[in-house]
Amino acid sequence: MSAASTAASRSAAMTVWPQLEPLLPLVSKPIQYVGGELGAVVKDWESAAVRWALMYPDAYEVGLPNQGVQILYEVLNEQPDVLAERTYAVWPDLERLMRAHGVPQFTLEAHRPVGAFDLLGVSFATELGYTNLLTALDLAGIPLLAADRTEAHPVVLAGGHAAFNPEPIADFLDAAVLGDGEEAVLEITDIVRRWKAEGRPGGRDELLLRLARTESVYVPRFYDVDYLPDGRIQRVVPNRPDVPFRVRKRTTMDLDAWPYPKKPLVPLAETVHERYAVEIFRGCTRGCRFCQAGMITRPVRERSITTVGQMVQQGLEYSGFSEVGLLSLSSADHSEIGDICSGLADRYAGTNISLSLPSTRVDAFNIELAQELSRNGRRTGLTFAPEGGSERIRRVINKMVTEEDLIRTVVTAYTNGWRHVKLYFMCGLPTETDEDVLQIARLAHEVIKAGREATGSKDIRCTVSIGGFVPKPHTPFQWAAMERPEVIDNRLRLLKEAINADRSLGRAIGFRYHDGEPSLIEGLLSRGDRRVGAVIRKVWENGGRFDGWSEHFSFQRWVDAAAEVLPPLGVDLDWYTVRERGETEVLPWDHLDSGLDKDWLWQDWQNALAECEQDDCRWTPCYDCGVCPSMDTEIQIGPTGRKLLPLTPVRGLRTPAASPR
Amino acid sequence: MRRAGVPVAYSQGFTPHPKISYASAAPTGVASEAEYLEIGLREEVDPTELRLALDAALSPGLDILDAVVAGPGSLADRIDASRWRLELPGVEPDVLRHAVSAFRAASEVPVERMTKQGRRVVDARKAVLSIDVITPTEAPSEVGGVPCAILEVVVRQVTPSVRPDDVLSGLRVVADLEPPVPPRATRLAQGTVTAQGEIVDPLEADRDGAAIGER
Repeated sequence: MSAASTAASRSAAMTVWPQLEPLLPLVSKPIQYVGGELGAVVKDWESAAVRWALMYPDAYEVGLPNQGVQILYEVLNEQPDVLAERTYAVWPDLERLMRAHGVPQFTLEAHRPVGAFDLLGVSFATELGYTNLLTALDLAGIPLLAADRTEAHPVVLAGGHAAFNPEPIADFLDAAVLGDGEEAVLEITDIVRRWKAEGRPGGRDELLLRLARTESVYVPRFYDVDYLPDGRIQRVVPNRPDVPFRVRKRTTMDLDAWPYPKKPLVPLAETVHERYAVEIFRGCTRGCRFCQAGMITRPVRERSITTVGQMVQQGLEYSGFSEVGLLSLSSADHSEIGDICSGLADRYAGTNISLSLPSTRVDAFNIELAQELSRNGRRTGLTFAPEGGSERIRRVINKMVTEEDLIRTVVTAYTNGWRHVKLYFMCGLPTETDEDVLQIARLAHEVIKAGREATGSKDIRCTVSIGGFVPKPHTPFQWAAMERPEVIDNRLRLLKEAINADRSLGRAIGFRYHDGEPSLIEGLLSRGDRRVGAVIRKVWENGGRFDGWSEHFSFQRWVDAAAEVLPPLGVDLDWYTVRERGETEVLPWDHLDSGLDKDWLWQDWQNALAECEQDDCRWTPCYDCGVCPSMDTEIQIGPTGRKLLPLTPVRGLRTPAASPR
Repeated sequence: MRRAGVPVAYSQGFTPHPKISYASAAPTGVASEAEYLEIGLREEVDPTELRLALDAALSPGLDILDAVVAGPGSLADRIDASRWRLELPGVEPDVLRHAVSAFRAASEVPVERMTKQGRRVVDARKAVLSIDVITPTEAPSEVGGVPCAILEVVVRQVTPSVRPDDVLSGLRVVADLEPPVPPRATRLAQGTVTAQGEIVDPLEADRDGAAIGER
C-alpha cells in the first residue's frame, strides 16, 4: 500500500478527485462516489481546527440513510471551527482500481484523503462491518494495528451498538465510545482542539490518555487482558495509572434539546431508505431478553409531540422527502403516539406525504395507529413480531404475547382492509426445540384460517420471516450457547414442510429465512475477545469484504481462518459460539459499563431458563436493572398534553429571495 | 420539485407519479451541459420564477439554465441530434486526426456494445453527422504536461442510440486508437439540426412566441 500512503500524506487540502474521476466510468453505480448531496457540507480545510472523517463501514446505499452518522455529521459541522466529511466502504471493483492507481480512501464532500484527517470515526451498527474497516484503513494508508500508528495518522474511533464490545477489533482501534454520540463527539473535539493548540504535547499517547481520562472513551491499549490456562479471561486491567477500571457509556438526556437531523442528507443515488426519519424516543424497557438495543439504550427518553411535529415539518421542507418514518425501538409505546399519529395525519391530509411507523407491537392499538397514518390512502405494510413460535419460548425471551392476542390482532388487520401482514420470528433461541419452531407453522395456519373466516375471502396472505438469533453482550442471553447452523437449517426445513403440509393454507403463507451460517460468525464477532482480531485480519487478507451481504459472505473463509488462527491460542470457533458461559466467567466486555447490573442480567437469564416473565418498568415499578442509578439518569416520558396544531399551507414557488437557504 | 414548491401534476391511479419526462437523457458516466425535461403543472407559474426556484433547490453542479412555457408538440420531436465534446488525455492530436480520417472514410463502422439483452452490434458511423479534432484555446485543466486531444462530434438521435463510447469504439475499430485513460465526454448541445449542421435549441420556438417570461 505504499502508493496509497504516499497519496494520503500529500498536501492535506488536496483532493483526489482528478485521480478518482477517470476510474468512475469503469465501476458500478459511480454516482455513489461523487458526493454533492443536499445537506452535504464542504468547508475550508485550512480554517478548521479539528477535522473528522465519519465512516459507515458499508456500501453508500446502506450507509447514507444511517441516522447516527447524519446526526453526528450535523452536530460537528455546526461548530464553526470543525470540519466533518463522510466516507463509506467502496465496492471491490473500485477498491481494485484504487489500488492499481494509488488512490487512497477518500471522503465524499471534497474527495480528501481519509489519512489526512485528525479523527476517523466509524459507526458500527453490526459486527459484519469489521472487514470493511480494515479495507478502509489500508486504502487510507493508515497502519492496521493501532500500535504502529504515529502522530501523522488519524485517531481511529469506533461507535455504534457494536462498540459495546469492541474487543475483537481492539488492536485496530485507538478508541471506542459507548452510547449516545451527540455530546461525546463535541467533548472529544474539545480535547483534540486543545491538544493541537498546545502544540501536541506528549504526542499521540498523551492525546489518547486525555481521552481515556474522561472515563467515557475506551482506549484499548491502556488495558491488558490476562487469560486462564483453559482459555477464559482471567482479568482485564488498566496498564497505567489514571485510566478508569471501567469505561462508562454516554447518555444524551432531553432529546428535545438535540433535534437532529435538522438538515438530512438527500442522496442523488438510490439508497435503502428515502425518507425523513425522526426518532420519537430512545431506549426501550420492554425487556426482550435477546434485544441488545433495548438493553444498552436505557433509560427511555421521549421526544415531545411538539418537537416531533416541528422536526417533521422542517425536515420535509428542507429535504423534499415524501415519506416520514417515526422511528424508535417500539414506536407504539410513546406516551402520546395516538396524538402524534392523528396530528401528523391531519397536517398532511391531501398531500403526497406518507407516514409510517415500524409496527412490531402485537395488539389492536397498533392497527389503530396504522389506520390513522394510512388515511391518505397509502397503506404501508403491517409487521408483527411475536419473535417466538410457542408460548413457552415467548416466556423465555420475555415477549409477552398470547396466541389469542396474536390471532385477534392479525384478524383485526385483515378485517380493516389489510390483505397482507408480515410475522417476524427468530430461530436458534436459548432452550429452543424443533417443536417450538414448528409452532410457527401452526400459528400461521391459525392466522389464515381465522382471517378467511372473518373476511369471507381467500384473498388474504401472511409472510413468515425468520431471523437467526445471535447472543449479544450486555443482554441476559450473553451467557447462552448458540445452536449449530446444521440444527438451525434442519429446523427451518422442518418448518417449511409443516407450513406446506396443508396445501390450501400453505399457499397463503410466504416463508423467508436466512441460513444459520452467517449468524454463527456474527456470534463469534459479537461475543469475541481480542484473540478474535487475528481471525478478522486473516479473513480480510484472504479477501473477506462486505460480510453483511450474502453474495460476498463466505462461511468457509471464516471457518478456515478461525481453524488456522485460534487453536494455537487454546480456543476455537466452537468455544466462542456454541459454548455456554458460567456465572463467574469474566466476559470480554465486563470492563465496559452499559449501566446494567451484571447480577440483574444473570438473574434475568435464570428467569428466562425458568420461563418467568418480566414487566416493563415504564408502567410498572422499577425492576432494578441498574441503569438509572449507575448512570445518574431517569426515564423521561410524557404525556405533555399538547396537540399538533394545523399548519398554514405554504403555497407557491420557493425562490431564493422568498426563502434564503 | 417538492423543495422548490413546484405545483407539479400527478398521474391518476393507485400510485400517482409526478408528470416529468426527460428527452434523450445522457448515459451514465458522461457530463452534460444540455439536458431537457418537460414538467406537467397543475397551475400556471412564471417560468423565470420556476427556473430560480428549481435551481436553488438542486445540488451544486445541477444548474437550471432556462425554462419556457411549452408550445404544441413534444420536446422529443424537437431533438434529433447532440453535439459531444470528448477529451482524450494522453492522446496526441495527430494520432487522433489520423483515426478520425479513417473513421470519416468508412461507410460503416460496426461496434459491439453490451446491452441488457447481451452483445449487440451497432453502426457507429452512420449516425455521426460530423467529427472533428479541435484545437482548444486553452488546455483543459487538471492535465498539465500530458497531451490531450479533443474531439467534437455531432451525432444523430437514432435507435439504438449511438453514444460517445460507441464513437470511441469506432475509432478503435478503424485505427486501433486506445486511449491510455478513460476519455471524458460532455454533451454540449441538443436540438434539431439545420442544413448547415448547426444545432437549434429546442426551446427556441417557444421562447420566440412566448407571451410569458422575461425574454
